[in-house]
Amino acid sequence: MKKIIKLIVNGEKVEAAVEPNRTLVQLLREDLGLTGTKHGCGLGDCGACTVILDGKPVNSCLVLAAQADGREVLTIEGLAENGKLHPIQQAFVDKGAIQCGFCTPGMILSAKALLDATPNPTEVEIRTAISGNLCRCTGYQKIVEAIQAAGQALAGTEVS
Amino acid sequence: MTDYAVLNTRAPRIDGPAKATGRAMYADDFNMPGMLYAAILQSPLAHAKILNIDASKARKLPGVRAVVTAKEAGLVKYGVSPARYDETLFAYDKVRYVGDEVAAVAAVDMDTAQEALELIKVDYEELPAVFDMFEAMKEGAPQLHEEFPGNMNAEVHQEFGDTDAGLEQSDLVVNHTFLNKRQDAAFIEPHSCLAVFGLDGRLTLHTSTQVPHYVMRTVAMVLQIPVGDVRVMKPYVGGGFGPKCEATPLEMSAAFLARQTGKPVKMTYTRQQVFLHSRARHQFYAEMSLGVKNDGTLVALRNKAILDGGAYTSFGIATVYYSGSLLGGPYKLKAMKYDGYRVYTNRPACGAQRGHGGVAHRAAFEQLLDMTAEKLGMDPVEMRLKNIMTTGDMTVNELDMSSLGMKDCIEAVRDGSGWKGKKGKLPKGKGIGMACGFFVSGAGYPIYRSETYHSTVVIKVSEDGGTVTVLTGSAEIGQGSDTTMAMIAAETLGMTLDNVRVISGDTDLSVDLGAYSSRQTLMTGHATKEAAEQIRNRIAQYLAEEMGCDPSSITFRDGVVLFDGQPGNFEKIRSNYIKEHRGWTDPPHGEYLTFREAARLAFLKGGTLVGTGKYKPPRLGGSYKGAAVGTSPAYGCSAQVVEVTVDLETGEVTVDNMTDAHDCGLAINRTLVEGQMQGSLSMGLGECLFEEVKFDSRGRVLNPSLGEYKIPTALDMPKVKSIIVESNEPNGPYGAKEVGEGAIMPTIPAILNAIYDATGARMNELPVSSERLYMAMEKQRGE
Repeated sequence: MKKIIKLIVNGEKVEAAVEPNRTLVQLLREDLGLTGTKHGCGLGDCGACTVILDGKPVNSCLVLAAQADGREVLTIEGLAENGKLHPIQQAFVDKGAIQCGFCTPGMILSAKALLDATPNPTEVEIRTAISGNLCRCTGYQKIVEAIQAAGQALAGTEVS
Repeated sequence: MTDYAVLNTRAPRIDGPAKATGRAMYADDFNMPGMLYAAILQSPLAHAKILNIDASKARKLPGVRAVVTAKEAGLVKYGVSPARYDETLFAYDKVRYVGDEVAAVAAVDMDTAQEALELIKVDYEELPAVFDMFEAMKEGAPQLHEEFPGNMNAEVHQEFGDTDAGLEQSDLVVNHTFLNKRQDAAFIEPHSCLAVFGLDGRLTLHTSTQVPHYVMRTVAMVLQIPVGDVRVMKPYVGGGFGPKCEATPLEMSAAFLARQTGKPVKMTYTRQQVFLHSRARHQFYAEMSLGVKNDGTLVALRNKAILDGGAYTSFGIATVYYSGSLLGGPYKLKAMKYDGYRVYTNRPACGAQRGHGGVAHRAAFEQLLDMTAEKLGMDPVEMRLKNIMTTGDMTVNELDMSSLGMKDCIEAVRDGSGWKGKKGKLPKGKGIGMACGFFVSGAGYPIYRSETYHSTVVIKVSEDGGTVTVLTGSAEIGQGSDTTMAMIAAETLGMTLDNVRVISGDTDLSVDLGAYSSRQTLMTGHATKEAAEQIRNRIAQYLAEEMGCDPSSITFRDGVVLFDGQPGNFEKIRSNYIKEHRGWTDPPHGEYLTFREAARLAFLKGGTLVGTGKYKPPRLGGSYKGAAVGTSPAYGCSAQVVEVTVDLETGEVTVDNMTDAHDCGLAINRTLVEGQMQGSLSMGLGECLFEEVKFDSRGRVLNPSLGEYKIPTALDMPKVKSIIVESNEPNGPYGAKEVGEGAIMPTIPAILNAIYDATGARMNELPVSSERLYMAMEKQRGE
């Protein structure tokens, strides 16, 4: 029996009819065509499907679509504005924090949730915030550097 | 610093924005109208006869469009190495591991496909199975393949010089054994593909692979269709590290089902299936004896390897050769003997993984060097420097070190880590260790015996002259090869990087053997350079005609053209260009003729500007059996120093610092090189300290998830100091060579040597869990 849900995805109202066992990542990728959210394990282990749900990073493979009813979801597609990369995205590009790119959307959203809550995080806070996002390519160093740089860039924009 | 305009910089990777915004498309992101979903039925038993397969109920399930078994798919044998084609797409007489493919289903949705799998009734007669490589070699062990009695998949026996005499003449002989565990590649993107048969009977396969070329050949062979009717298009790939180096049952069964149904068919492995398919790092057992003189001079090495190959060969023939050949350097040896055995067991097949075949034996050997140095009372760094090879040296097994910055790497990590102030001076529980390694920069020979070019590249210039497109079959899998090729093309053409595009990973574009053996920077790089040179020369020729000057007086740099280093009198060309583009808002300007104007002139005179490049290595290596494995046009090398803290009460290891130096020849892109170095360290750290694919007593993987199979998180990685060493490689494009795999070689032994320094416990089995180290420390306290 499908259930009608209403939610806000990347600032836009979305209505969908979903089976009770449909997960949020399935809704995003398969029904809404937002394939920027990646599916790496389906068990909440890898973090590739991380999205921001009401301000908090979640593994969208562990959230039922029905649970997102009435809530607000931010995916990687909602970050760049008017074709301009978000400062976190820009920092990931500039600092070499991206290799295969499969963990990147989830990683960037975990970073965003961190920087929204903690604008000037320590290295340990950064590493803790992304410890649920697995990356096999980079060894994390350049990701940590990118998040530090993004934090500084965001702080700079707030001042100006 | 160099005087290059584009190379050797930290240019951001060209696919960065696409990947940062989620626009980059991976195989599972593709959908097509009418697409079917497919799934594979895998054996629940490790070893069993197949008595009967009844798929009639599955076929009748509404929504099911096709079911294929060996009966429909046929029995074409395939594999990686033609010398050992030992797989069929679906098992027919028996299954050989838990996960062996038995059937595949295509249905209108995934739920239906899964339901259909459950309706396929397979009658098995269970057979005794063998899961341990030592057991598998014993007489009376269950046999996997009739053609390979004793479960002996491959044997290698090589000797260079007189090893027995060398050991006898040595002042000291030290022995060591070492056992690693099966490592999973744990790329974050599971294998996925979308197979589409056109109405013309041609197959297009969008698939997550490192080797579009080999996938094309294998799929054509197994489907029994002409190679020309198969096009493999690799979208962005979420990591490979080796296991995506061969055609998978996923790709072949999706192709079969697409042909049978006339519909596009998509299939993606679950994470559990990634573990079952495996093709990742073997388990290796190493037994070594090293003979040295009292002054620390290395004399002879006796090396024996046993590899758990799992149920099929995959890349294993090359693997078992590499475990021997990759110890030929980077230290001078007078003699080396190698005996390698790759054994079949009823486990998933192992294949190539980062540092192919070399990692475990390098770990054993670099420990052995430290053990020897200690007995001689020498500093491990000094002992290595005493025996180190340099540029121009030839290993005892005839590998030519055409450039080798090994000494520079050792000195760089020694000085960069503060080795002299730390070695022997740290408190108990703290340790420092070092190790070295080297690796091929592209395999010297293709996997199949052929005179083929290893890489061809086409470069095309847009008619307005403003955009250069590199067309290549090479595989961008995250390492940055697209960016590397764009930079080589831009540098060669004197074009700015932002006007170069790369289309890659498509077998219709060019021949390229793919992303394995760290080959693309050197090989695809050569072909790219040659293609770009052809275009540059053509443009220069036309320009020279127009300007009435000598072509050799013309140079290109930063997007502009110089005549004898001067702007030259190009007014006529510019005014023509502007006339042709009346109304355009970006007319060429400035005191120099732009590349765009020059390339437009060439188009007007000669039509579409296309350049082609090609590369294959010269004949390499010795003439002994197996001499091909280990040959390469060039070798990268690296040294690492690791500092650890060991909790002496619990055996828990914390890696505090890593200092890493790698000689990659000219670093085409410094950021990308560091990325490969740091990623290698992370994979090595994981294998050393906690990664292990575990099995139960019936051959089932116990930890087939990224929660239970642990890879390093951001909290497990220390700060890494990455030092790039740049020898000038004569055989590489612009002096460049590998970094992607050589960088993992020293990691495990450097950590193990540091653990020994901290505890006095010599670890000869991985992973170094708290328990294992605690037990080793207890044993050592007892002694």
